[in-house]
Amino acid sequence: MKSVIRKLAVSTIAATGLAAGSAAMAEDLRYVMVSHADDADAWWNVIRNGLALGGEQMDVTVEYRNPPTGDLADMARIIEQAAASAPHGIITTLADPDVLSGPIRAAVDTGIDVIIINSGTPELAREVGALMYIGQPEYDAGFAAGQRAADDGITSFLCVNHYIAQPASSERCQGFADGLGIELGNQMIDSGTDPSEIQNRVMAYLNANPETEAVLTLGPTSADPTIMALDQMGLAGDIYFGTFDLGGDIVQAIRDGVISWGIDQQPFLQAYLPVIVLANYHRFGVLPGNNINSGPGFVTADDLDLVAEMAGEFR
Amino acid sequence: MSSTGAVADERIRKTSRLRTALVRPELGAIVGVIAVFLFFIVFAGDSGMFNPQGVLNWSTVSAQFVIIAVGACMLMIAGEFDLSVGSMIGFAGMSIAIISVTLAWPVWVAILLTFAICISIGALTGTIVVRTGLPSFIVSLAFLFILRGFTIFFPQTIERRTIIGGISDRAAGDWLAPFFGGKVGGPFFAWLGDQGIIAVFERGTRAGQPVVEGIPMLIVWALLLVVMAHIVLTKTKFGNWVFASGGDAQAARYVGVPVARVKILMFMLTAFCACVFATCQVMEFGSAGADRGLLKEFEAIIAVVIGGALLTGGYGSVIGAALGAIIFGVVQQGLFFAGVESSLFRVFLGVILLFAVILNTYIRRIITGER
Repeated sequence: MKSVIRKLAVSTIAATGLAAGSAAMAEDLRYVMVSHADDADAWWNVIRNGLALGGEQMDVTVEYRNPPTGDLADMARIIEQAAASAPHGIITTLADPDVLSGPIRAAVDTGIDVIIINSGTPELAREVGALMYIGQPEYDAGFAAGQRAADDGITSFLCVNHYIAQPASSERCQGFADGLGIELGNQMIDSGTDPSEIQNRVMAYLNANPETEAVLTLGPTSADPTIMALDQMGLAGDIYFGTFDLGGDIVQAIRDGVISWGIDQQPFLQAYLPVIVLANYHRFGVLPGNNINSGPGFVTADDLDLVAEMAGEFR
Repeated sequence: MSSTGAVADERIRKTSRLRTALVRPELGAIVGVIAVFLFFIVFAGDSGMFNPQGVLNWSTVSAQFVIIAVGACMLMIAGEFDLSVGSMIGFAGMSIAIISVTLAWPVWVAILLTFAICISIGALTGTIVVRTGLPSFIVSLAFLFILRGFTIFFPQTIERRTIIGGISDRAAGDWLAPFFGGKVGGPFFAWLGDQGIIAVFERGTRAGQPVVEGIPMLIVWALLLVVMAHIVLTKTKFGNWVFASGGDAQAARYVGVPVARVKILMFMLTAFCACVFATCQVMEFGSAGADRGLLKEFEAIIAVVIGGALLTGGYGSVIGAALGAIIFGVVQQGLFFAGVESSLFRVFLGVILLFAVILNTYIRRIITGER
């Protein structure tokens, strides 16, 4: 009986919510996510889906903002702007502490709760006064991947860096090199973001350095053209190939045996969890007592089916 | 006296005051500014866009655009383009960072040296354009790549990373840094905060201080540059030379205008403006990154074109360019305030650009009488 009443009550509330429409929603909690990604970065689509789902499930308003060209100084302005619009919480990345910690600190000081996701570290998040950090430490993830490759007998590699201007990217390559126990040296190339340029640069490097044993890519942007490059050179499946992040083509390549493993930092959690955490914090005052690690997890051919189904959408 | 169809000299033709006041290059931009503000007052009036923090936010962004638009405008009136502005911003910032942090020289030396380097590169671009007669579009495109490449190469080689921080610590106590990264009117804003006119921080180390500490030097620089450039362009002989060089370089040479010198000077001014932008940014944020200033060259050109300048040179106004920059800045930040999906930003930008250009074309036809 009790449960029936509860069900009735819940459905009544839900119906009222629906009837009142967006006006009632707007009165409720509002969260703004600010990312450092430029418009064209496909990987962030998962973040946006996770954010939307979190907002839908918790019945809160969520907004997504990013600097169109990925310029971090522009991102600082967007955080200032978000703070001026007085949301209940801001979810943001800490891609460059020098640039972003000022605006984030100011937002925290005006009474807005902030959660740092993705780029950054637990220490930095605490320094700027954020509630918590949800993400995957870049260097550690690269290091773990390097150790895994070392176990598989790798002694040299090529790191295809498609966003070299971001320090996190170099840390991944550096971590990988340290995990292998070798010098990074010239094994990292600035590939640019254009698919055919990336493809040609990878081919050029591998032709010039035929003794290269492994390829590491930092996301779908560099992985997809690299897969094509290896196909053309007849190296697909032969050369040891690991990548950060997942996407449709990467999953297919893991299935085909071209890519040995993909590091999943589970971006879905980085967008979904902050909304859940903030909403519960603001409604009930409950807050998990620690930072949350969304990754790293290695995806191999064995656990691929579910990943494949959700790739590019929620994985 | 003559009744045989001889038209009165058009130079002494009478035009009404109203017409003179209205029909000017920046008319389109003025209409645009009013329209844009009306739009956002209606759609984002209660979103925080017009509270002190919000106003400071879009003013700062607009001021950034104004600074580079002034240089781009003068250069465009002189008949040339500079596509290396964005790369120059990244390069100048990195130069300051490397000289002050890596080489550990005083910050004022870093700033002055960087200005010298950037202005020299501007002069080099200008000289190559003037000497070879190649389109400035191509020459500055080359510098777009060259400068961006160096901006990634130097820090990557020297520091093994592409963002150099720690400039704030180095700049503390420096005499020149506050001219770029400082804020003016602090006591006034503190008073406003005490009076409860503007909000104060609720918690943290700055609790009790006003949320707006002062007007950033960036905005002061923008105002200064606009006023100076406007006076030079409209009230001096040199200003006439700029118009003449862009309108018809050959004709200008015939009447004794030093076209080459004018154009090179304008390239140097553009570089100077980019350097001001970069220095303010580096001093405010305390770090220089290899990705700073991406696509800023086009944003400058867009602002100038919205402001009514002609892409082919010889026609335009600094005030117009500044208004164009304000439209750009207000729209960019305002769309966020209005809660518009951020991926639609470029769509709005394109639409505004198109409208502005069409409107400006009609206004120009009225002014110049061309058909």
